[in-house]
This record gives sequence, C-alpha cells and structure tokens, in this order.
Amino acid sequence: MTDLTKRSILKTVALSAVAAAAALSLLGCSKKEEAPKAQAPAAKVEPLKVAFAYVGPVGDGGWTFAHDNARKAVEKEFGDKIVTSFVENVKENADAERVFRDMAGQGNKLIFGTTFGYMEPMLKAAADLKDVKLEHATGYKTADNMRTYDSRTYEGAYMAGVIAGKMTKSNTLGVVASVPIPEVVRNINSFTLGAQSVNPKVKTKVVWVNEWFNPPKETEAATALINGGADVLMQNTDSPAVLQTAEKMGKRAFGWDSDMTAYGPKAHLGSAVINWAPYYIKAVGEALEGKWATSQSWWGVKEGAIDMVSVAADVPEDAKKKLDDVKAGLKDGSFSIWKGPILGQDGKEVLAKDAVADDKFLGGIMFYVKGVEGKIPGGK
Amino acid sequence: METYALLMAATLNAGTVLALAALGLLINEKAGIVNLGAEGLMLCAAIAGFATVVHTGNDLLGFAAGMGAGAVLAAVFGLLVIWLGTNQYATGLALSLFGVGFSAFAGIGYVQEKLPPRVPFEVPFLADIPWMGPALFRQHPLVYGAVALAGGLIWFLYRTRTGLVLRSVGESPESAHALGYNVRRIRFAAVVAGGALCGLAGAYISVIYTPLWVEGMVAGKGWIALALTTFATWRPARVLLGAYLFGGVTMLQFHLQSTGVDVPSQLLTALPYMATIVVLALISRNPAWIRVNMPTSLGKPFQPGS
Amino acid sequence: MLRLEARPEASKLWGYASPVLALILTVGVGVAIFMALGKDPVRGLQMFFWEPVKSAYALGELMVKATPLLVIALGLGICFRSNVWNIGAEGQFVMGAVAAGGVALLADKDTGRWVVLAIVLAGILGGMLWAGWVALLRDKFNANEILVSLMLVYVADMVLSYLVYGPWKDPAGYNFPQTKTFASVTQIPRLMSGSRVSVGLLIALAGVGLSWVFLFRTRAGFAQQVGGLAPAAARYAGFSSRKALWVALLVSGGAAGLAGALEVAGPMGQLTPYVPAGYGFAAIIVAYVGRLHPVGMVFSAVLMSMFYIGGELAQSRLGLPKSITGVFQGLLLFSLLACDTLVAYRLRWLSGRA
Repeated sequence: MTDLTKRSILKTVALSAVAAAAALSLLGCSKKEEAPKAQAPAAKVEPLKVAFAYVGPVGDGGWTFAHDNARKAVEKEFGDKIVTSFVENVKENADAERVFRDMAGQGNKLIFGTTFGYMEPMLKAAADLKDVKLEHATGYKTADNMRTYDSRTYEGAYMAGVIAGKMTKSNTLGVVASVPIPEVVRNINSFTLGAQSVNPKVKTKVVWVNEWFNPPKETEAATALINGGADVLMQNTDSPAVLQTAEKMGKRAFGWDSDMTAYGPKAHLGSAVINWAPYYIKAVGEALEGKWATSQSWWGVKEGAIDMVSVAADVPEDAKKKLDDVKAGLKDGSFSIWKGPILGQDGKEVLAKDAVADDKFLGGIMFYVKGVEGKIPGGK
Repeated sequence: METYALLMAATLNAGTVLALAALGLLINEKAGIVNLGAEGLMLCAAIAGFATVVHTGNDLLGFAAGMGAGAVLAAVFGLLVIWLGTNQYATGLALSLFGVGFSAFAGIGYVQEKLPPRVPFEVPFLADIPWMGPALFRQHPLVYGAVALAGGLIWFLYRTRTGLVLRSVGESPESAHALGYNVRRIRFAAVVAGGALCGLAGAYISVIYTPLWVEGMVAGKGWIALALTTFATWRPARVLLGAYLFGGVTMLQFHLQSTGVDVPSQLLTALPYMATIVVLALISRNPAWIRVNMPTSLGKPFQPGS
Repeated sequence: MLRLEARPEASKLWGYASPVLALILTVGVGVAIFMALGKDPVRGLQMFFWEPVKSAYALGELMVKATPLLVIALGLGICFRSNVWNIGAEGQFVMGAVAAGGVALLADKDTGRWVVLAIVLAGILGGMLWAGWVALLRDKFNANEILVSLMLVYVADMVLSYLVYGPWKDPAGYNFPQTKTFASVTQIPRLMSGSRVSVGLLIALAGVGLSWVFLFRTRAGFAQQVGGLAPAAARYAGFSSRKALWVALLVSGGAAGLAGALEVAGPMGQLTPYVPAGYGFAAIIVAYVGRLHPVGMVFSAVLMSMFYIGGELAQSRLGLPKSITGVFQGLLLFSLLACDTLVAYRLRWLSGRA
C-alpha cells in the first residue's frame, strides 16, 4: 500500500492550514481597525456621514434606483461637506435594526430608511441612538430623532390617468398593483379619476401581485390584464416588466418611480417619476446647519418631488395641454385631485361636492372609486 | 371567447419553462439521479443567457450559453454524486443554494440592462385561423420545441436501444453493471443532458419570458419542475400536460383577479402549490403504481464493486 | 490516476477534519473572489471572521442570528438522521410564528407573564401541525415529503399574507399589512440588557443537550434512526418506521415553529409579511455542516451567522455585494460534501486501470 496518497493529501491539508493560519494571524496582527471617521486636520470641519438603507437592489430601475439617484444628487450638491454610503437589499425584519445600529456605529449621523417596513426597527434603534437623526420613508411613526417623509405618488398616477384616458381605444385601463395598502389603492383611484376627467367612459381593472418587485409575476399580471381587454397599463410595482410586456404585446404603458422609456420605447407613454433629491437636499442641509427637527413631510409636484416625464410624442395636444394645466394647478395650489364630488364603487358619495380631501382622508383610503372593477384584497 | 384564446396562449408560454426543465429532470431521474439543484441551476443559466444576449444580441447564443451553464453545473453535481458518492439530496440542495447566490452575484452588473426588442413569432398561415391561431400558433419557437422534445424523449426512451440502457441503469444499476455497461458514465451523461435542458429553461425565462435580469427571477419554477416529474409519474407526455396545467393555474389566478372574482388573491396565488400537493397525494396513493413507474434506483448511490 | 477506495471503517480523523478542510477551501475561494473584485482580502476576511465577534454587542447579535438557525437545525438533525427529508422547515417556521403571533395578539398590558409560555407552546404546536400534514401525506398516501413540505412553504407564506392583510391587520395601522405591535408583556425575556439576546439562546442550548441524549443515549433515539435508515432491519428489531416518520416530522416541525415563535415574540414584536427570512433553508446547511450532530450544529450555526452578519458588514463597509453570503454558504456545503467522501473512502494513486 502506497503511502504516497495519504502523504500528498496530508501535505495539501497542512499547506492549506498553514496558509489559513498565516492569513488569520495577519488579520490579528494588522490591527487595521476600520477607521471610517475622517482623520481631519484640526482646522477643517469633519464631513457629515450620511447613510442610506435600501430595500432592493440599486439596479432595479424603479424605487431604489430613484433613491440612489437622489443620493448622488445630494453628493453633488454638498461636495466634501458630506460622505455618503448605502446598503442595499436590507430586509424589512430584525436584520434592519442591526444595519441601522451598525450604520450609527460607523459614525453616520443621518440615516435614511427607504421603505415602510423599516418603521419598527428604526423606531427601536432611534430609542438608543439619541445623537443620530433618522429619516423614514412612507411611514407614520415618529420620535424626537426620527421623522417621516413621503411623496404624493397619486399626483403622478392622476397625470398618467389623464394621458391614459385620451390614449385608450378600448376604454379599459389596467393596473398591476403591488400590495393592498392605502398608497396603492389611492394611486389606482387617482389614475382612474385622471382618466375619467378626459374620458368618463373608462373602466380600470386591477391585478394584485402581492409583492413590490417580482418581474416574472408582473409580466404574468400584465399579460392577464391585456388579455382581459386593457390597452393602457399603469403599475405600482418596482420593475420595468409591465412596460416590457406592453411593448411585446403592442399596448401602451407608463413607467413608474423612474424614467423607464428605454425599456419599452414604442409602448412608453410617460413615466411618473419620484424625485427624492429636493427632499434629501433639504434634510441634509438642515442636518448640516443644525436646524433638523422631527416632522412628517409629504411632498408632491409642488415641491418638485413628483413629475410626469418623457411624455410620448403621439399623445394628442389637448391631453398634453391638460397635463400642463394640472401640473401648474398642483404647483400653485389651485387644483386638487381629490375634490368632490367623488363617488365610491357603490355609487355613494365619498367626497361631497367641492369638498377637498385632507391628508388624513387621503392617508386612509381603502375603497375603490366608481369605475374601478373588482375588490380590494382584505379591504371593503 | 378571445380572452380564452389569449389565456390558452399565455398558458402555453408559461408552461414551456416548466416543461423544458421538467423534461431535463426526467432524463436525470430515469437514470436514477435526483437533482434538487434545479432552481440554482436555472438561475445561473438565466444570467448566463441574459448576459450573452446583452453582449451579442443573438438569442440563439444566449440559449446556448444557458445550456452550457446548466451542463457545467450539472457536471459538477454529477461528479460529486456519481463518483464521490455524496448524498444526492444534500448535494442538490447545496447546488441550489449556491446557484441562487452565485447568479445574484454574477448578475449585479446586468440588473439595469435590457435586451434588443423581442420579435414576436408566428407560425405562417396557422396563426391566422380564428381562435386557434391566437391560442396556439403565436408562440416562440421554443414552445413548439418543448412539445417536440417531449415527443423525441418518448421515442428515445421507449424505442431506442440507448434509451433502454438508460432506463435499465435507473431500474437496476447493478444488473446494468453486470451486463458490462459503464453505469457511472451513463448516469453522468444523463445528468449533464438534463442539466443542459434545465439551463435552456432558465435562459428562456431571462431572454424571452421576462427579458430582464433580477436576482431570484426563477421564483420557484425549478422546485415546481421537480414536483412535476413525480406528478407525471416520469412519463414525458404527462410532464408536458402537467407543465401546461401549472402554467394555466398561474395565469388563471391573474385572469380571475382581472375579471373581478372575489377570492382572496393569496388563495389564488397558493393555488398551484396546493394543487401540486393534492395531485402528488393522489398519484402516490397506490404504492404499486409508484413502484411500477418510479425508477427503482432513484436517489440511491452506486459504486461499482460495492 | 486517482481512485476512490472504500475504507474498512469510517475514518475518525476525517470525521473531524473534513468540515475544517471544507471551511479552508471556502475561505480560499472567498479570498480569490475578494481579490477578483479588487477588494482587500484581509479586510474581507476580517468582516466575516473578526467583526462579528469582536465586542460583546457583536457577539450578542451573532447569538440573535444563530439561535433560530440552531433550534431549527436541531430538529432537522433528528429528521435527516431518520432519513426523512423535511425541506419545508421554512413553512413550519412561518406557521409557528403565525400561531405564536395569534396568541400574542390576545394579550394586552394586563396579561400576566405566563403568556410568554403560551406563545412559545403555540409556536411549537403551529410548526408541528404544519409538519404533521407532511407526515400524514407520506404515511397515508406515500407522497414524497420533500415535495410536499416544500409546496407547503409557499402555502404558509400565503396564509401569513392573508392574515396580515386581512383579519389580523392592525386597525390603527393606516391599513398597512402588519398586526398590532405585541404588548410588551409578551416579549421573550432578554438575557441581559444592552443586547437583543433572549432566553431563546438558553432554550437552544438546552435543546442541544436534549437532542444529544435522545439520539445517542436512549433506545427511542436509536430506534428512531434505525427506523428511518433501514426499515427492514427496523421491522426485524421491532422498531416502527412509521413511528420514526411521525416523530421526525413532528419534532422538526415543532422546533421550526419554536424558532418562529422566538423570532416573532422576540426581535420582531409583531407579525408582518416579512417573517419568512430563509432560516428554514439555511438551517439545512447548518444541520449538514454540523454533521447532524447537536454539538457540531452549535459551531455550524455560529459559522453561518458569521457569514450572514459578515455579508451585511462587507456590504456596508466594503461595498461587496450581498449575494456573496449565499455564495459562501453554498460553497461551504459543497466543499463539505466533497470532503466528506474522505471519511468513507480514501484516495489512492494507481498507475493504469485496476
């Protein structure tokens, strides 16, 4: 029996062990403790460290992409007064709390959590991290050092509706919806209201994917809507799959969260984008100047946070004009989307004539307006 | 009526992914090997195919890349399982977990990419038949390829000598070995071929079905394909039907929603999975039937001389 | 050429050395990946192996992550040793969380501390119930437990989704899909302040002890493993393989459910659609890398947690992608399986064909 084999194996193992031991001891010796704090010379002010927690990948082309674009804008605006960093794919469960704490531990003094599901973890972290300012997107709980911010995506949905109402030939619109929360239901309704303002005959069909981001499912949902007669689609999900499906099947659709023209050049009617930059710049500016205070912000077209961009060339002039009127009206406050009379699915008035819905009403919308078909999962 | 034609078309499309993967797994299992790594394999193939089309613009190359990726991973799996005798289930799981992570990792640079516009395919003349045309004849060639594949497999497995050898390896590797066949090489070939087909399915998802790359985009189809082979008692024609059934239930769920049917959407989403369980229970009920259809050596290792 | 030759008996040396070698191989590949990505490999290794253990707080977080993994793996260890392949521990985890959450929702600030016990028991029962389906279908219908348990994972996710979007939705929650935050009295007690570690850790360690005793020192444990691995021999010896099936699934289901309860009444404090965290699947690796041995699983649970936390840190501090964690975990299992061959076989160098 040759010992050659055993020996050669032992040799390999021994060599690997030595290599590993060497590596590990290098670890121990080179106490290159991670020093993220800027070693600034005495006179200069240390840059403010700002961190961002993203729920999805930066490359999703939708929600997270929009946030990251705003982060880059902030970097450009403030130059070397700040240092930004981000962590993507942070799940909305117990892991998130650890990430926030670690960000604070790394010296970040302003932290942005960009999805609803971070609410409880952020709140828990906020209780312990008194010298850190936390910004939570789309939530509703605040603390002395934690505030919320959100965007009026329903304004973008309304504007999309105005275009859709004019472009539809079948008078059936479709929405690929993510999860049945007020924000999404409000968007479906606003889309319908916008369409009805130029074309009272439209109906809206809705398919729920129960996720924010699942391109194959979004594709299937979009296919089902188109097969069911919808020829203009809107989405509340985070990927360009719906637009791509519309492109493939010769129908029209809108981009959502970010400009998605490139994903469906023939199908693209416009993108309802969210521009987080104005808010982020304000927040960072306040933190730098020591003026940061807890609040709940909800920004829309007026503040430059929402826009309808890259409107297709073949959209008729009168629709484009109406769009401009709506934008101007939202900017100067003369136009309100949710102004009565507005009827619910059952025909009863939910908003009386000339009544303007306040933010509280808007925040709790869990009913469909007349013209939307189907039932909200788990809702009324 | 047109809606049903379109539903049928969507079903065929959705079912093709499952069919291609399940037929590949069938080849594996006929030789006695269970590859639980299908999901990870399909994901790696999906990114391989997508990346290839992004760089070359050629769909065929993309499919080839997907098949290649599938074959390579399956070969690694095969080496471990067939020659080193590792536990098939655990190794398959490892492949799955690794594939999920690796594909996400490799795909990072591709998340925002898009492919050149997909050309809609039609079968000339047949596509214009009222109802039947839109329902059946406006699909990507691979949809018909899957059908042809099923037919080809039936012929191969039950009408050719090589197919017979393959099946006998699955039924009784010891006897096959005694007859002088190199059981391990045959099993390896089956594993690689099956892996290539799963790879094709994966590439189909990222190049045709949803022409995007997103991590985890196979979303459980690999696992369903595994269930399908058992569900179909290892017969190619039944695999095809089962795949369409599944594709159909998935599309039906969205279709029902869009027509306003008042069933909780979660129930509809869970429907395909519950359906699998029910059918699995029903077909496995008769142990004799299973014994007759299931390759006897499925899941068991084989070492010559042991 | 190299040939594999069966050893006359399993090599004890390799029994211990194989996981170590597997780890070394994984680290080796890891270093290569770091370098290929242009990152400092030493810092990379630091993220994974030093940062997660360098302070009491870090260790606490490590334990928070390792506890559910260990608990589930203990159950899976018994299951796999009985040759029952429960791949659906994730679903049992979710259903345990659902059951525990349901009980927790009933509590208010006046409820006594005993409710914690009720919550934990509910979690165990929830997991057992879900695994019980798998056992039933295999027992009565011969349905393959791998596929059934896996399909039930998806169904469990949908059940959770239905509940948090519907009947269990917090009425004061602006219609967001989540339950009320559980009353503070339901919190699984923490081991010490300043850390999120809960008594779940103690439960897990107790489980290690119990599991070890059961598997290696009781007749029942012996019968369990034989019943699974060699049904014919078991029948001859009078051990019931049917009983082994049920015990395996109920124990692993209960363990997964317990982990779910600990997670939901612990760090989470409410039910949300994000309860499924993949622990059920990761625990499979933990069980395997721990060689299906309770004590081994303690180490592998800690190792896997280091991969998780290290991956997060590598992302936030080094800009490495999150998916690296999955790559490492998969690699570890692969290498382990390959290295394990050396336990039963030895490599021989032979000139020409034997």
